[in-house]
Amino acid sequence: MPLSVYLNVAVGGVLTGLVYGLMALGLSVIFGVVRVVNFAHGEMMTVAMYIAIVTFAWFHLDPLILLVPIAAVLFVFGYALQASLINPFITRPEHSQFLLLVALAIIIANTLLIIFGPDARAVQTAYAYDSFQVGPVIVDAAKIYAGAAAIVVTVALFAFFRLTLLGKAIRACADNHTGALVVGLDVERLYALTFGLGAACVGAAGSMLVLITDATPMVGPGYTLLAFVIVITGGLGSMPGALLGGVLIGVTEAIAGLLFTPSAKSMFAFAILVLVLLFRPRGILGKRPA
Amino acid sequence: MIARLRAGPASRRAIPLAILLAAFVFAPFFVNDYLLTVLILILYFAYAGQAWNIMMGFAGQLSLGHALYVGLGSYVAATLFTHFGIGPWLGLLVAIPIAAACGAVIGYLAFRFGVAGVYFAILTIAFAEFARIGFDHLDYVNASSGLFLPVKQYAHNDLWLLRGDPTMFYYVILAATVFAFVLCRQLLHSRIGYFWLAIREDEPAARAAGINTFRYKMYAVMVSAAVTSFAGVFYAFFYNNLFPEQVFSISRSIEIILGPIIGGIGTLFGPILGAFVLTGLAETLNAVMGAFGLDLPGAKQVFYGVCLLLVVLALPDGVWPPLARRLGLSEGKQ
Repeated sequence: MPLSVYLNVAVGGVLTGLVYGLMALGLSVIFGVVRVVNFAHGEMMTVAMYIAIVTFAWFHLDPLILLVPIAAVLFVFGYALQASLINPFITRPEHSQFLLLVALAIIIANTLLIIFGPDARAVQTAYAYDSFQVGPVIVDAAKIYAGAAAIVVTVALFAFFRLTLLGKAIRACADNHTGALVVGLDVERLYALTFGLGAACVGAAGSMLVLITDATPMVGPGYTLLAFVIVITGGLGSMPGALLGGVLIGVTEAIAGLLFTPSAKSMFAFAILVLVLLFRPRGILGKRPA
Repeated sequence: MIARLRAGPASRRAIPLAILLAAFVFAPFFVNDYLLTVLILILYFAYAGQAWNIMMGFAGQLSLGHALYVGLGSYVAATLFTHFGIGPWLGLLVAIPIAAACGAVIGYLAFRFGVAGVYFAILTIAFAEFARIGFDHLDYVNASSGLFLPVKQYAHNDLWLLRGDPTMFYYVILAATVFAFVLCRQLLHSRIGYFWLAIREDEPAARAAGINTFRYKMYAVMVSAAVTSFAGVFYAFFYNNLFPEQVFSISRSIEIILGPIIGGIGTLFGPILGAFVLTGLAETLNAVMGAFGLDLPGAKQVFYGVCLLLVVLALPDGVWPPLARRLGLSEGKQ
């Protein structure tokens, strides 16, 4: 195969990986601060994908425009979830939290199944078949938009955590839970806010992902796993790490799909995860040892 | 001292336990085929849950990838049977070391390199998924088109080859569940069990007390994997078909661990009670939905999810510990 084929596939992998990275960022933010593993992450993403698909079907609104309202909807959903159900669970053992979120995941996935049925759905935008050519590389327009949007959202989130007082307060909660309580931070509200932000990332990622792939009600667990793999590979709590991990996994899967068979591609993602866990357990860009 | 504290309720537990066992032994004479299948399912989950509980409930190591050991057990036994005509009990002798070895590899990698907690749980998922996709492309076991065991009409039950009617399978899995219960009880009251509990409660303290925590965590993973592998052998010969997509899938792992969590983690009765509650719940939902003529795909699972949610909200320790306190059968603070 000529080199340009590999290059094309790799660039496509990078752009898809950016969207994966944004989704994983949501998981990283939630776990980094609230210390709860969101086992319903993929299901939340599926919800976002279906909102995008339905809104597109009804009003022909472009998923790129929908990104903001969908992120807002998911923010409210995440905030309410943390404030009502998850906050009482933050001091409970891991397996108890796991059960809570698995129950939520089952409810979400099957509610979608009841409403939309088992068939795959997709969005057909006007630019679905457009592409840009840069030298030997041909890239899908949809993937470029999706990847660019993922970067914009990540930068915005990064700025929020670094530059605003609220972001600083959330980071304080993550660094020292007791300390945050001592200085009078409303930790439960900040946790709810964090979960909301994590959910908003997923919302944005989900509305981008419909440009790249289709959705069924049962795709959730696959994305949850993918988000785990990316977050641990990139380094938990590191925002650039999540994007980097996403890109790494995206490229690996794309190349593996080309060289072997597409159905075996996630095997390589898991192989990377195992290698990272063994040789650099804190992840590529992780700061503190895990 | 803990042993002496337990001695009290233990004798009081003997009578209800005997009644329960008798009920199980005589159940096939009173139930129809459908209920018998449900009972087999309950015992299957009780057995697998008991096996998982060794790792999480006793030693505190959260595995979310137990489908790996079920899958290995079923594929090893089924392959030996279909390719070489080797029966399931000999197959089990091959499956046990293979599952234990896989558990040992995962345990070694994780515990040597300090992978713990959530990271360890995700490592176990990764291995299970790795196996799922691997078997999905392994032509020797028919890859994704699945492995089928020959089904014939048998004139009589062949216990040696595990070919026969559901009643035979019922007694096999009942015996296995009793075995797992006794094994777990013995383990809990032995040196190794106390070491596990110490590790679960406070690993640095256990290490400071001179326990080789690495070794005992390895034992926990290997014993749990070995015991789980029989669940796989049983699965293969009961259902007669195997698809990597099904046996290794993450939802299988979740199914296995829901029982012990709902029932009460780290207790001996928790996995059994949890299997009863969950399978009973699922089948009741089936019946109710059927009675109302509701045939909406997903509706049953939504109710199931809501019930899980309610249990975890109302009973943080699971169903068994509060029930045991009320009945005066408490296993002691484990």
